[in-house]
Amino acid sequence: MRGGTTGIEWLVLVGLVAAGVGAVWGLATLAGLPIQYNVRNVLVRWRSSLTTILGIGAVVAVFVVLQAVARGIEASSGNTGDDRNVLVVRRGSQAESGSLVTREHFKTLSYMEEIARNEAGQPLISAEVIMIVSVPRVDGTGEANTLLRGLTARGMELRPQVSLVEGRWFEPGKREIVVAQRLAKRFQGFELGGTVKAGLTRLKVVGHFDAGGSAFDSEAWMDSDECRAIFERDQYSSILLRPRDTNAMTVLTNRIDTDKRLALRAEGEVQYYKGQTVTAAPIKIIAGLLGVAMSIGAVFAAMNTMYASVASRTREVGTLRVIGYSRKSVVVCFLIEGACLAALGGIFGCALARLTDGFSTGTLDFQSFAETVFQFQVTPMLMAKGLLFAVVIGVVGSLLPALRAARIPVISALKSV
Amino acid sequence: MAADPIVQVRDLSKLYRQGDIDVTALNHVSVDIQPAEFVVLMGPSGSGKSTLLHIIAGIDRPTSGDVLVQGINVGNLSESDLATWRNQYVGFVFQSFNLIPVLTAAENVELPLLLTRLDRKSRKEQVQAALELVGLGDRLHHRPDQLSGGQQQRVAIARALVTDPVLIVADEPTGNLDAKSASDVLDILRSLSSRSGKTVIMVTHDPKAAGYGTRSLHLEKGEIVA
Ligand SMILES: Nc1ncnc2c1ncn2[C@@H]1O[C@H](COP(=O)(O)OP(=O)(O)OP(=O)(O)O)[C@@H](O)[C@H]1O
Ligand SMILES: [Mg+2]
Repeated sequence: MRGGTTGIEWLVLVGLVAAGVGAVWGLATLAGLPIQYNVRNVLVRWRSSLTTILGIGAVVAVFVVLQAVARGIEASSGNTGDDRNVLVVRRGSQAESGSLVTREHFKTLSYMEEIARNEAGQPLISAEVIMIVSVPRVDGTGEANTLLRGLTARGMELRPQVSLVEGRWFEPGKREIVVAQRLAKRFQGFELGGTVKAGLTRLKVVGHFDAGGSAFDSEAWMDSDECRAIFERDQYSSILLRPRDTNAMTVLTNRIDTDKRLALRAEGEVQYYKGQTVTAAPIKIIAGLLGVAMSIGAVFAAMNTMYASVASRTREVGTLRVIGYSRKSVVVCFLIEGACLAALGGIFGCALARLTDGFSTGTLDFQSFAETVFQFQVTPMLMAKGLLFAVVIGVVGSLLPALRAARIPVISALKSV
Repeated sequence: MAADPIVQVRDLSKLYRQGDIDVTALNHVSVDIQPAEFVVLMGPSGSGKSTLLHIIAGIDRPTSGDVLVQGINVGNLSESDLATWRNQYVGFVFQSFNLIPVLTAAENVELPLLLTRLDRKSRKEQVQAALELVGLGDRLHHRPDQLSGGQQQRVAIARALVTDPVLIVADEPTGNLDAKSASDVLDILRSLSSRSGKTVIMVTHDPKAAGYGTRSLHLEKGEIVA
């Protein structure tokens, strides 16, 4: 699935680069000046060219990485859950972690006939507890909150995208937990055989699971009732269930939502997690602000370089004009040079950003205040955006210098040293 | 009976305003130049030689008066038409060569041709021919900094003549050259007028250089005195 879309994205990227090269070639032909004239001028001034390329590269890298982060967060909540599942929380609570569901609720729901059953005839419904456990980070930067989910065997059946990669699943009553592999890398005690403090006891890690980049990659799992006991909680946080079919799903969701005595809210599991993507919003805002600030800086850097280049080539411009090159040609010539310079910066920046592709890290989920693990996704599409961003910086930055070069009267240009 | 003049300068004046005073660079200059003439412009510094040359070549505009080249009133052309006109009608040779440092000799000479409709093959042929004419057929791929001053100036001449213009103008082309290189350059300019029928106008301070021309004009304080 991901392979297919990235294949198309690579095509888009390659197409964009080809279109860019074609546009430069076409414009250069139109302006009449050979493209090697621009290329060699960039090379001759390699010091200032390199500074500009590195500067623009850094800006583009930050731009792309920030977007990759936002995408990663969105992806981790976006691809969580199963289309056939329904998540039930208390009416009025935004997230699972702040929700309370009673045992009576669980019983009432369990008896509803719209719920699907497994081969053993058990209804596919899981009452779950979400607790927050503070665990020391591996890098020694103190403790951070992690999510501990108490769930039943049915809860695991309801989440087929989660698979064991190391060790074994927990056994109820033995103070055992299984931790997401990606989360385990970031915290002390989450290694196989490690222990973490929870309430008054310690929990032992007996396995690691992989949740395929979903939100569960930020969780540790244990038995539901045992979890309630450890934390001395009477109530559950949420209920996950699977209706028999789509029809049953509508009926069930409606009934739960409208039953005043229950005071519960039912939502498709996938939609619920999509709704949790709020965490990407602050990063997007930061990315936007930083992007604007940095692109202004980068435009000035490019402008500076191009002004210097124009100043040192004024007589050259005069000579070209005497030979018959028009003002337009001169403008296009310097724009091409600025755009190429910036494009090189863009390529460098994208390459830099691409190094972080697949790298996973954590961020604070602002609802549970627990660390959420997500993967940087530096997609070809993002790199295409980064390249475009670089070229825009280059063109904007060289516009004024190019116009200045074209405006100098031929005679004064010739007299300049 | 003389042929129609190729260049007609009529009552040409150029004033520069400097603060409150007007500097008269050219004062009602009139002169006719015939095809294939090699005209040498002489005169003291500041007498207006370069100014006259620039206006004839269409890279400066007069305050009043007209310049006609093959009947075309150069002063009436728009900025962009003038650029095209220069490309087709004039070859300019500067005192300081003015080659593009990042381009090779051949690429420098090809520059004016890139604005024409010529295809790649004929451009290469014309570049080769022009460089051979100035004795640099073996220096095609040298960059300016790999050439001597005299060689650079010959590349500049090749660039000036590659489009086969009617007019070649040169502002002190030997000013930066040693005696031997200077005479090479002057020989080329003379043969351009005598063998290829080009009209050459050259500014110089050097009386020896002036001896290569078919006619001398003396400017003083913006006026032609002889
Ligand atoms: N841009 C300008 N602004 C003001 N005065 C100018 C300008 N260009 C030329 N002049 C004046 O016009 C006059 C003629 O200048 P021009 O360059 O034509 O002289 P020239 O005969 O070529 O001198 P030289 O032998 O030193 O090159 C001079 O008095 C000069 O000071
Ligand atoms: Mg002069």
